[in-house]
Amino acid sequence: MSDTVDATNIPGEKSGPMLAADGTPLKRSLRRALRRQKMSALLLIAPLLIFILITFIAPIADMLFRSVENEIVQDTLPRTTAILETWDSESGNVPDTPVFKALYQDIFIAQERKLHTRLGSRLNYELTGASSLFRKSGRGVGDIGEVYQDQFEDMNAFWKKGENWNDILGSDAWLAEIKSWKKASGQAQPPFEIRAQIAEILPQTAAFYQIFADFTQNEKNSNLYKKDPWELIYSAFYDDLTGANAARIDTYTGPGAAELSEAKAAAANFETVDYKAAFGDIDKDWLKMPIWDTIRAYSPRFTNGYFLNAVDMQKSENGPELRPENQRIYATLFLRTLFMSTVITLSCILLGYPVGWILANLPARTANLLMILVLLPFWTSLLVRTSAWKVMLQQQGVVNDTLVWLGIVADDSRLALINNQTGTIIAMTHILLPFMILPLYSVMQTIPPSYLRAAKSLGATNWTAFWRVYFPQSVPGIGAGSILVFILSIGYYITPEIVGGTTGTFISNRIAYHISSSLNWGLAAALGAILLAVVLGLYYAYDKIVGIDNVKLGG
Amino acid sequence: MADTSATSAFVEFERVQKSYDGENLVVKDLNLSMPKGEFLTMLGPSGSGKTTCLMMLAGFETATHGDIRLDGKSINNIPPHKRGIGMVFQNYALFPHMTVAENLAFPLEVRKIGKSVREQKVKTALDRVQMGDFGGRRPAQLSGGQQQRVALARALVFEPELVLMDEPLGALDKQLRETLQFEITHLAHELGITVVYVTHDQTEALTMSDRVAVFENGRIQQLAPPDQLYEEPENSFVAQFIGENNTLEGVVKEIKGGTCLVQLDGGGMIEAKPINVTQAGERTRVSIRPERVEFNKDRMPEGAHTLKAEVLEFVYMGDIFRTRLRVAGTDNFIIKTRNAPDQVRLQPGQQIEIGWLAEDCRALDA
Repeated sequence: MSDTVDATNIPGEKSGPMLAADGTPLKRSLRRALRRQKMSALLLIAPLLIFILITFIAPIADMLFRSVENEIVQDTLPRTTAILETWDSESGNVPDTPVFKALYQDIFIAQERKLHTRLGSRLNYELTGASSLFRKSGRGVGDIGEVYQDQFEDMNAFWKKGENWNDILGSDAWLAEIKSWKKASGQAQPPFEIRAQIAEILPQTAAFYQIFADFTQNEKNSNLYKKDPWELIYSAFYDDLTGANAARIDTYTGPGAAELSEAKAAAANFETVDYKAAFGDIDKDWLKMPIWDTIRAYSPRFTNGYFLNAVDMQKSENGPELRPENQRIYATLFLRTLFMSTVITLSCILLGYPVGWILANLPARTANLLMILVLLPFWTSLLVRTSAWKVMLQQQGVVNDTLVWLGIVADDSRLALINNQTGTIIAMTHILLPFMILPLYSVMQTIPPSYLRAAKSLGATNWTAFWRVYFPQSVPGIGAGSILVFILSIGYYITPEIVGGTTGTFISNRIAYHISSSLNWGLAAALGAILLAVVLGLYYAYDKIVGIDNVKLGG
Repeated sequence: MADTSATSAFVEFERVQKSYDGENLVVKDLNLSMPKGEFLTMLGPSGSGKTTCLMMLAGFETATHGDIRLDGKSINNIPPHKRGIGMVFQNYALFPHMTVAENLAFPLEVRKIGKSVREQKVKTALDRVQMGDFGGRRPAQLSGGQQQRVALARALVFEPELVLMDEPLGALDKQLRETLQFEITHLAHELGITVVYVTHDQTEALTMSDRVAVFENGRIQQLAPPDQLYEEPENSFVAQFIGENNTLEGVVKEIKGGTCLVQLDGGGMIEAKPINVTQAGERTRVSIRPERVEFNKDRMPEGAHTLKAEVLEFVYMGDIFRTRLRVAGTDNFIIKTRNAPDQVRLQPGQQIEIGWLAEDCRALDA
């Protein structure tokens, strides 16, 4: 048989791959035909997909990421955490002076940027008191730097003025630009450039001045040339003048060379700062172990600390361990959430099944009318319904009044129906009931009455016919309703918040608390992630035991 | 029609009425009596009350008035599950969550029959309908015909003496239906069970039944064996409903002996057998079966009154020819002739004369 493609050949008669009428392989032309369909399908769902991705999936992913993200410690204390890595925390001794010096530099920059309080709040989740410690230290670091600043300024007023500093540290090209620059011109300030020679002989001063310059130019938006430097610059300057490179200062020939030499000579006799003692003066806690253990434990960019916290554990020298009994709350909350969701789901089944059955067996007109009653709550605000329960259930409320009036309950022992678990269960059963009735109804509607008749004609009593024939066929409806109600209730927030009091609240209330009040978003994210995992796990178990194909929302 | 005196009656309806809304009677004064072992079909258009009758017998509907007796005992107040009546439903109503064998075992289980006996009976019942290999399947895995067989086996497995069938073959295709019609009648006679069968398919009714009750408007119009029903319809509804029928309207001129003369509205005079006309001057509908009409002069019965006719349409149907004629003012007069070697094939436009035996032509109510 020839290999040439002949369009008039009947494709099926050729050996080898099946060909379409035009000679292309059938598979390829089928793929091409289907690709158009796939593309148009994709285009049709694209708007919703993009909308969901941007507004829903991405924020959730970002939120979940926060449960392990821990960059704030390393970002705020980069030098400290770097040196701390070599610190032997098991020695029982607080770190040495170099660490305190790095801490001084980090906190100084952080307090200029107002970031130190944020770090304080973050560490306060792990160590009570960290927040005030950092706030105090932020105020205190200025005094540490002033020691050197005062000595330099006393020696020569030259070091007081920002212009002089810039003349020495800035490159010639930059100096020319900055001097002709006017703030009023509206043009961007020329970015600071270090003088190459200075960067070599005064490396620490250059590095910190660069940070100071960036901060002044970009965050403060003030003219760097006129700005007097931070206290921190003076301490770095002192370090450079007394450090290993000090000998090369005399080779410097640029502006202010004379003042520099003078400063170098004077610095050798300056009073020095004991950083460790200085921090000890700010707060004695710096000389104790806990804060250092905490900083070290939370130095890495990622942490399991939030998750440990979410399951009532904490980090310690010997790895994760359970928190003291009086600090454990989340396990109880998770279990309570699961337990109450189960109770709510069961009561929804008990109350909803007969209603679904009646609806499915009534003539369509009446069923539709009753269906409106089932749906009515959907048209009422959730808040209104929940508040209504508050009115109904309180000690002087409608239910208690009626019971007392009927003589069932004594006036002095009115039932506590609200601000506890009972209240949450009652209100949430009522609110979630439609989610049980609707799938039950739509499944029951598809069960023909002839099954029950057949069962009875075969000799089954009403109960046997129901239990052996009708009920098994309605199980998919129960399954769908249960999944809906259970998953909705496990993450419910408003109702338990209003009627739950302290014993009837859910884990979601705690998450909301951490999101909006304590601002511990990492812990909130960890709790949320655990909740999500629990729901997915239950969903998986349900699929294994009952089979997700057995869930019907209708038809 | 109503055999109230029979002491041998197995199923009896006596003056049964049924109304759903309190305004209209769906079943009006039903009297019916069946001996044991009879295969009786309730035939009628939809809404004629036949299914309601079946449901009252099964116990799913209660009679508004009257008495239903089974084996001499009134069953009006006996709930369905205690009546011991087997039933086959329109859509089979096989329980989808049980296997075929479990479906069959269900009626035995609720009767607390031991496991070994139960299994034996299930097997026998399945073998009886040639479904022995399908016990482990689910109903959804079976074809329509197989489901039908299982439904039948389930209705029979607990050995009821009376089996009700509510249009059981309605959802099947023609060929399968014919096979199963035969199987059901065969099985019913073999087991000696009494069957009440509801259908709107007249062919099914004629081929399967010992007797057929034609329902219309809540009443039994005629209760008779199939041949009698077809050949001797007692009123024009039955004549129209069963088989194909030609109707000519006219006025009775004269009744004499066993025949009457009818002056047709469209012109012409014919001789007919008076069935429910009693005196001259009454209006009547004359009914004549298409296959009893003759147009060949050589075979024309002696003394037959003939009518002029014009051929409008000739349809070749294989075994027969169906020819539509214009006769006495109606365009819908059908004749059917056998496809025999010597048969004449009429051409449209042809003018012919048609005639028939007076006893094949029945003068019924107008």
